[in-house]
Amino acid sequence: MKPAVLTGEHFITGDVACAEGALAAGCRFFAGYPITPATEIAEHMASRLPHVCGTFIQMEDEIAAMAAVLGASNAGVKSMTATSGPGFSLIMENLGLGICTETPCVVVNVQRAGPSTGLPTLGAQGDMMQARWGSHGHYEIITLAPSSPQELFYQTITAFNMSETYRLPVLIMTDEVTGHLSERVVIPEPGAIQLQTRPVPKGRKDRFKPFQPGPNGVAPMGIAGGGYGLHVTGLTHDERGYPCMNPETQAEMLDRLTGKIRRNLKDILLTESYRLDDADIALVSYGVSSRSSLAAVDEARQAGIKAGLLRLITVWPFPEERIRELSRKVKCLVTVEINLGQIHLEVQRCSEGRIPVCLVGHAGGTVISPDTIVDRLKGLLQSLHA
Amino acid sequence: MEKTRTRSEHPLNDLLRTDRIPHIWCPGCGIGTAFSSCLVAVKAAGLDLRKTVMVSGIGCSGRGAGYTKLDSYHTTHGRAIPFATGMKLANPELNVVVFSGDGDLFAIGGNHFIHAARRNVDLTVVCVNNLNYGMTGGQAAATTPSMAKTTTTPLGNPEPPFNLPLLAFAAGATYVARWTILHTRDLTKSIEEALTRRGFSFVEVLAPCPTGYGRRNREKPLDSLKIYQERTITRNGANPAEVTLDFHRGITLGKFVDLERPTFLDAYEKVCSLTQ
Repeated sequence: MKPAVLTGEHFITGDVACAEGALAAGCRFFAGYPITPATEIAEHMASRLPHVCGTFIQMEDEIAAMAAVLGASNAGVKSMTATSGPGFSLIMENLGLGICTETPCVVVNVQRAGPSTGLPTLGAQGDMMQARWGSHGHYEIITLAPSSPQELFYQTITAFNMSETYRLPVLIMTDEVTGHLSERVVIPEPGAIQLQTRPVPKGRKDRFKPFQPGPNGVAPMGIAGGGYGLHVTGLTHDERGYPCMNPETQAEMLDRLTGKIRRNLKDILLTESYRLDDADIALVSYGVSSRSSLAAVDEARQAGIKAGLLRLITVWPFPEERIRELSRKVKCLVTVEINLGQIHLEVQRCSEGRIPVCLVGHAGGTVISPDTIVDRLKGLLQSLHA
Repeated sequence: MEKTRTRSEHPLNDLLRTDRIPHIWCPGCGIGTAFSSCLVAVKAAGLDLRKTVMVSGIGCSGRGAGYTKLDSYHTTHGRAIPFATGMKLANPELNVVVFSGDGDLFAIGGNHFIHAARRNVDLTVVCVNNLNYGMTGGQAAATTPSMAKTTTTPLGNPEPPFNLPLLAFAAGATYVARWTILHTRDLTKSIEEALTRRGFSFVEVLAPCPTGYGRRNREKPLDSLKIYQERTITRNGANPAEVTLDFHRGITLGKFVDLERPTFLDAYEKVCSLTQ
């Protein structure tokens, strides 16, 4: 039997680091379906879960995988699935059920270029808006964007912690490059890893209302077999969990679902600043593109351009206030992402027309080189001075 | 006085969410009878009710989960079985009953059904087959008889229906039975038996849908019941390939399959033991 936390130094891919992060976070159920470039996460979970009394099941499709993940989580076990483009589309249906029933779980999307089958073996960041709005109806979601195998390890733990704390599916939006990249990953001692578990109901079981929010807006969660006589439904429901077909209950439920995120932004929004203090131009980037951006900032500084980087670790909910603040300080914002402008739209929205906002992006299939970014910055600087 | 009060209480009160009554089912609908048979069977099977869960999909039958006091999960359309699979595998102590309709389980959820049966996940699936999509107003389903009229087959259904017991058996179900809502004793006993069996158990329940199906096919609830009485024959152990539903020539009811093979969890446990 191997331990759940493989403390020590490893040279592993992002996909494997993600799986190890899940195990370290206490994930003991994985349901998945093979898809490039996320397959290695499923493969690694398949080989590791039997060693830690966990369960792996390969389902008939991603719809079923997501359904099984929700079922397992409602039975009290931390659960995860991992997929890519086409599978992510199939997951959307039950992602909505997870949001509506406030079921903690983690969904990993190792992004490849789309639309449709696209470029299965080549990376992109083209599913960022799908992550935000892919399931029907209005909702809030938490999405993290790791940029290295080491970060995939840690952010998978963070994703589980957030999913348990706020009771919702949390998305990890990585990409083919990061997923397949082998790098040094340091796994700490189990005692050094902070783990959160879902809020547990207290008091009389017969009076328990499964969707009555606690002080932070999150309702304690009863699990199947816990003696609560729960009813859990994807229909609009009241605090008892009973279906209620009217606009008032709909408004209350959406307030609950969105409020628990909006009211805890301080703890959910994770960003990193690099050389922004005196910057004229701020790059805004996430995931693998933020690595190119980081290199570009140093290169640009050497060329005399005062560039800095705001790296988004939490992409959804969008760090609106941070961008607003930045747009009052710098002369220009540049979004760097591997698509034709998705997070870019958000950066534009939050800069409220104060300053120019440019995009460095392409259709996908390769990373953005630091040189491309620097060249663009040079051009920008000229037009700013002109 | 004491006796009167006892009698005035519904015998299934302890399993019903009485505060959610009245239910949505139409007069003459058969789902209520199938549902109550299912709950009586759950009680009779002597299961730990705290550890018994009902999972439903979407549709009229899918509302079942909402009316029981058991821990109950009303999921997405067709996905009750994979949800139930995750639940059972995550906590094998749970008794997981899937109660849903034919449209939910065999059209949109057909793929999940065959794979759960193949894996032999320890679930009891009760399918109310009312031959059409009731909730959306009577459209053709994968179980609608050939040439039957529905809102999406106004001139007659050009498609043949599934023979559900054969499908279940071929996919690997270890318990397969078919009854009607007229045969409540057989039905209840069968669900009870299915609940006590390990492995993937499937019980099909024929039920009238007067509002959706009956109206367009000149079949009142009483006519359906007459068919269930006059044109059915019980043949336990009948070959599932020979029980195709034929409402004119006759319907075969009974327990068709009752066998044992390792469940998914048996096999997975065996696999896990190889790690030592």
